[in-house]
Amino acid sequence: MADHTVRPPLPTPIDRTQPFWDGLRERRVRIQYSPSSDTWVFYPRSHAPLTLADDLEWRDISGEGTLYTYTIARRPTAPDFAGEEPQIIAVVELDEGPRLTSTLVNVDEHAISVGMRVRPVFEDVPDSETTLLRYEPAP
Amino acid sequence: MGLRGEAAIVGIAEWKPERRPTAPPIFTLEQWAQLTREALDDAGIDPSEVDGICATNIRESDSFVPSTITEYLGIQVNFAEVVDLGGASCAAMVWRAAAAIELGLCNVVVIAAPSWPSPRPPNPPTGPSSWRYGASSANYGSPQAEFDIPYGNVAQNCGYAQIAMKYGAEYGYDPEALAKIAVDQRVSANHNPPAVFHNVPITVEDVLNSPMIADPIHMLEIVMPCSGGAAIVVAGKDVAQRSKHRPAWISGFGERVLHKTPTYAEDLLSTALIPAADQAFSMAGRSRDEVDLISVYDCYTITVLMTIEDAGFCPRGEGQPFVREHDLSFKGDFPCNTHGGQLGFGQAGLAGGMSHITEGARQVMRRGEHHQVPDADVAFITGNGGLMSEQVALILEGD
Repeated sequence: MADHTVRPPLPTPIDRTQPFWDGLRERRVRIQYSPSSDTWVFYPRSHAPLTLADDLEWRDISGEGTLYTYTIARRPTAPDFAGEEPQIIAVVELDEGPRLTSTLVNVDEHAISVGMRVRPVFEDVPDSETTLLRYEPAP
Repeated sequence: MGLRGEAAIVGIAEWKPERRPTAPPIFTLEQWAQLTREALDDAGIDPSEVDGICATNIRESDSFVPSTITEYLGIQVNFAEVVDLGGASCAAMVWRAAAAIELGLCNVVVIAAPSWPSPRPPNPPTGPSSWRYGASSANYGSPQAEFDIPYGNVAQNCGYAQIAMKYGAEYGYDPEALAKIAVDQRVSANHNPPAVFHNVPITVEDVLNSPMIADPIHMLEIVMPCSGGAAIVVAGKDVAQRSKHRPAWISGFGERVLHKTPTYAEDLLSTALIPAADQAFSMAGRSRDEVDLISVYDCYTITVLMTIEDAGFCPRGEGQPFVREHDLSFKGDFPCNTHGGQLGFGQAGLAGGMSHITEGARQVMRRGEHHQVPDADVAFITGNGGLMSEQVALILEGD
């Protein structure tokens, strides 16, 4: 039983990152792209990593990718996550290259394997403005 | 390029790690004073000779840390350093002290890791502790606050488990080999009276039967948080040669810092230790074969496995058979964490990272008593901060 007296912390977007969260609300995954170095960037930043180019622009992507690694946390990773275990905490490698943190849903834990294809699941958090980007196995 | 090996660890203070502290809380500044005095007494050096300090955070002041400490101790220094590299902090402080001494800036540097509880204020501020999410920052504008913590990716078990899972996907995973690391180190802890698990032997079955915390990591593959504290004195050649013990000369180091969250690693299996260890061996002019013992950061068993590989003691991906084929205890053919490691000795905050340095120095000083490696002359040490992503390698040598 989830303990509803505490609940997992929600992101507090900043101006720089707001387009990403707005995109999720609209069921779109959009991340930054730097034309000068032809690189995709996640998480959103002011400057492109390594080149420090300030030409980052938002572009829509499919959001699909592969499972880079994961763990199944049998104990809550922080007190706020009590009742959420087992938490399947994933690192997803987007097809464009960058990686992001997510959790896997709609999956049997024995069917998880590093390298498997995954696709986005948009989860509107009740009583909030937040949509989280979770993942499930791609058929 | 690098050190000439003309600075040495000459004094050690180390409090017995305790799971439930049996003494009252002590302010960090008071711990600094007591640890400094004990380490200087151990070396036979007068406090008036101290002209450098290396510190981490203290409870009593969020900034201006070195001057707060020097004022409290009543000393004046030429070298005042604060290092913020998590579990790599103490190892990072050692080479900074040695470098400052070789540059001629100072002659006697105290490095302290006070890790005993501090008294709580009478009217503590309300609200969640800044350590609610471990080393993950929940501050406004923090990338972790926005993109990692909401998904439960909170340091440290989760990240190390993700690293171990990736390792297994790449090279295969041998749970018994990983468990054997904890077991062999426990043998050394059983011969080291201050160790928190001094009287508790374990078997591979015990490790594999302990609860799974975050797949594939079991409870007995994770350090035990403790209270404690440690300090060392690093001194230049003249002082070292008149100190009480055989000096442990600092002959090589390397440092490499990558990312904070494993999600954003360039390659999760290419740790920061690879270049750091290469630089340390190259600087010291030593080969891996010349190392008598390793004293390497062991917050988890996977940390030790990847450290053995990435420091170059066996090829990458071959650590598991290597661990199966070697005895890692102090009496074995590949002595590793002869004090028990933090897995067996206990992790008293940053003093846990310091324990790898105090142990390496003790072995080279031939002060290992019941867990001494015979004729130990060369020790390889690591500090590991964050998620394998902040690495410092050190080489200590006897005369």
